[in-house]
Amino acid sequence: MQDFAGAFGLAFGLIASGDADLFEIVGLSMRVSLMALLLSCLIGFPIGALLVVRKFFGRGIVIALVNSMMGFPPVVIGLLIYLVLSRAGPMGWLGLLYSPTAMIIAQTVLIAPIVAALSRQVLEALQAEYDEQFRSLGISRGRAMLALIVDGRYGLVTVALAGFGRAVAEVGAVIIVGGNIEHLTRVMTTAIALETSKGDLGMALALGIILMSIAISVNLGAGALRAIAERQAYA
Amino acid sequence: MPDAAPLMPRKTSDGGSKTPRDRLLPGALRLERLALQVAGRLLVNIEKLTLDPRSVTVIMGPNGAGKSLFLRLVHGLIPPTQGWISWGEVACGEATRSTQAMVFQKPVLLRRSVAANIDFVLRRRAGTKAERRARCDELLTRVGLAGQAQQPARLLSGGEQQRLALARALATRPKVLLLDEPTASLDPASVQMIEQIVLASSAEQTKVIFVTHDVGQARRLAGDVAFLHHGQLVEYGPATAFFANPSSEAAKAYLSGRIVL
Amino acid sequence: MKRTTLFGAALLSILATVASAEDPSILVQSTTSTQNSGFYDYILPIYKSETGVTVNVVAVGTGQAIKNAQNCDADVLLVHAKAAEKKFVDEGFGVARSDLMYNDFVIVGPAADPAGIAGGKDAVAAFKAIAEKKALFASRGDDSGTNKAELKLWDKAGIDIKAASGDWYRATGSGMGATLNASVGMGAYTISDRATWISFGNKGDYLIEVEGDPVLFNQYGIILVNPEKCPSVKADLGQQFIDWLISPHGQELIAANKLDGKQLFFPNAKP
Ligand SMILES: Nc1ncnc2c1ncn2[C@@H]1O[C@H](COP(=O)(O)OP(=O)(O)OP(=O)(O)O)[C@@H](O)[C@H]1O
Ligand SMILES: [Mg+2]
Repeated sequence: MQDFAGAFGLAFGLIASGDADLFEIVGLSMRVSLMALLLSCLIGFPIGALLVVRKFFGRGIVIALVNSMMGFPPVVIGLLIYLVLSRAGPMGWLGLLYSPTAMIIAQTVLIAPIVAALSRQVLEALQAEYDEQFRSLGISRGRAMLALIVDGRYGLVTVALAGFGRAVAEVGAVIIVGGNIEHLTRVMTTAIALETSKGDLGMALALGIILMSIAISVNLGAGALRAIAERQAYA
Repeated sequence: MPDAAPLMPRKTSDGGSKTPRDRLLPGALRLERLALQVAGRLLVNIEKLTLDPRSVTVIMGPNGAGKSLFLRLVHGLIPPTQGWISWGEVACGEATRSTQAMVFQKPVLLRRSVAANIDFVLRRRAGTKAERRARCDELLTRVGLAGQAQQPARLLSGGEQQRLALARALATRPKVLLLDEPTASLDPASVQMIEQIVLASSAEQTKVIFVTHDVGQARRLAGDVAFLHHGQLVEYGPATAFFANPSSEAAKAYLSGRIVL
Repeated sequence: MKRTTLFGAALLSILATVASAEDPSILVQSTTSTQNSGFYDYILPIYKSETGVTVNVVAVGTGQAIKNAQNCDADVLLVHAKAAEKKFVDEGFGVARSDLMYNDFVIVGPAADPAGIAGGKDAVAAFKAIAEKKALFASRGDDSGTNKAELKLWDKAGIDIKAASGDWYRATGSGMGATLNASVGMGAYTISDRATWISFGNKGDYLIEVEGDPVLFNQYGIILVNPEKCPSVKADLGQQFIDWLISPHGQELIAANKLDGKQLFFPNAKP
């Protein structure tokens, strides 16, 4: 076994030297996960708001469904997306399998339910406060949804960060639909899996350290934002 | 169109209003056998009430009497367990609510700037950005908040929040204004400012229903007074008569500052 | 609104960067052993510089690689399981199979050598010894070429590994490198292709225990996916890659690929 300190030394060396491959992988990870996050927010926020604003029949079932989709195993989602995007699958003609787009789709399917379920929870409290006032003012459902999203923005940023954290750290789905192709679909997590299996623990650890730093800074950012929101009484 | 008041020219037998025409005004509140029951508790129970459609009606009564619930019921925010409510021949509901505005006992402000809170309401109505801005400035000036337009609304003081809530209610140019203790935490100058706004609105044909515990204020504003106790309507009549000689024991006790049982 | 247009522009630009990178490329389904040994890291940049074609490699177990190719998710298949490859071609999924190169499997284990097999030349006897001592053995267990070769050896040794699975026989269900990591981690023997073993970076005190038995021969084949079955196949580009690899020039390059002075693969394409 490589010794622990040696692996760490190698890792920091790679990061400090600005290794091109390393930063290409980090860049693709960020691009794929941010894009998936953007799409997930565009899908998840309105669904969360709709579930809060409309007390339709079967709403409880939909909420339970969305909540349980939060816990779907990434590999299963990866497999389903693979089957859909494969040349032999229903959407194979798009030729998207083994592309960053396929990874974005998989991550979006993975985290949109998380964003929807968590934003519903965040907006529920806000809705309880605003509901009577909105009805008094005759605000339409659509405008109420928009207002909830706008006014719940600081809470929703935390939701988005949770989704991003899950997306960027996920390996099971992206390795199936992305294929871990060098210079094309290799992201941090799949590269860690590969480097580990090559026994190249230094590179794996370097990527791991970057991944963890991103997770930590994302959470620090969330904390800072929360503080700003509280100062303005917008939280 | 906010001005399309739901007037329905229909002849009905006299229900207590001064003239048959009055009954068609949007401020002519009538209700019968109104009851609200929650978890086995009868919170509101009023046999029959017809309000003067033009005056400022002040609602009084001890804490927990059901005044806030009464406003919510007649505004159509909560459905009664039983009975019916109408405003000028139109059954209470979304249609009547859209011509009314309510200021809640606890002001509900959006997590935005003071001006954005007003603009949120103004945007529902057509109008250019410049027009909305001018109207927003005018409303904020009226409640003395012009200097704080860009401040986060929820950082306003309690009294300022109440004034902003009132300005936002006025932004809809309501035919009926429902005010739930709007001056509860205001300084004397602000109280005077709000009372003037209320009287001016009333003079402009807006029906005002005003909940207050301040007897002096009630004397200054009220055309008629409704006194609630334990969810029941104990007294309703012209203000002068009410203050000179309340007929119920509860109202007597309340006005003389004793605990009402 | 200005803000929404800005937002839309940002969205489009991200989408555009994702959708770009459309120079000529082919997709190869291949095995973890070829990827983990660094074979592609060595050969593909040379191919790209000579032809301008990007070769994208998905490295999975041989079994999955073949299934993915059957789903038309590949232009070229490069694996090492001759019987399965022949079946693939016979069923019409592949155009023709060519031998490409070979290396051999080695049985590796800890220096302590609890089954006492070190220095042996008989793989089947070594497997028998491992089973007898119930020494730990890590198997790929992933239907890969290496896994298939290993199962053939147990079969020859007459040992029922199904009964031992979970006991001394541990099927990891993962790639070659991951299985080597697992072996080193738990002190188990395993079988690896030589190239992956040479380039493996986490050997610890592990050594080659058994090598040189003819049954350990490991042949790699290369197949163009049939464009009649899969219209999306880039037949010309795929065939160009195959022709290049089996040409004398390609074969020389394969022979020249060395790590620590050791040759990783031995070209044996029939001209
Ligand atoms: N949603 C509810 N569920 C159950 N009980 C309620 C609910 N809302 C109000 N009540 C009860 O109804 C009674 C009347 O409440 P209401 O808020 O109308 O009082 P109020 O006359 O406005 O009092 P105050 O002067 O303190 O504002 C109270 O006893 C209260 O506890
Ligand atoms: Mg109250």
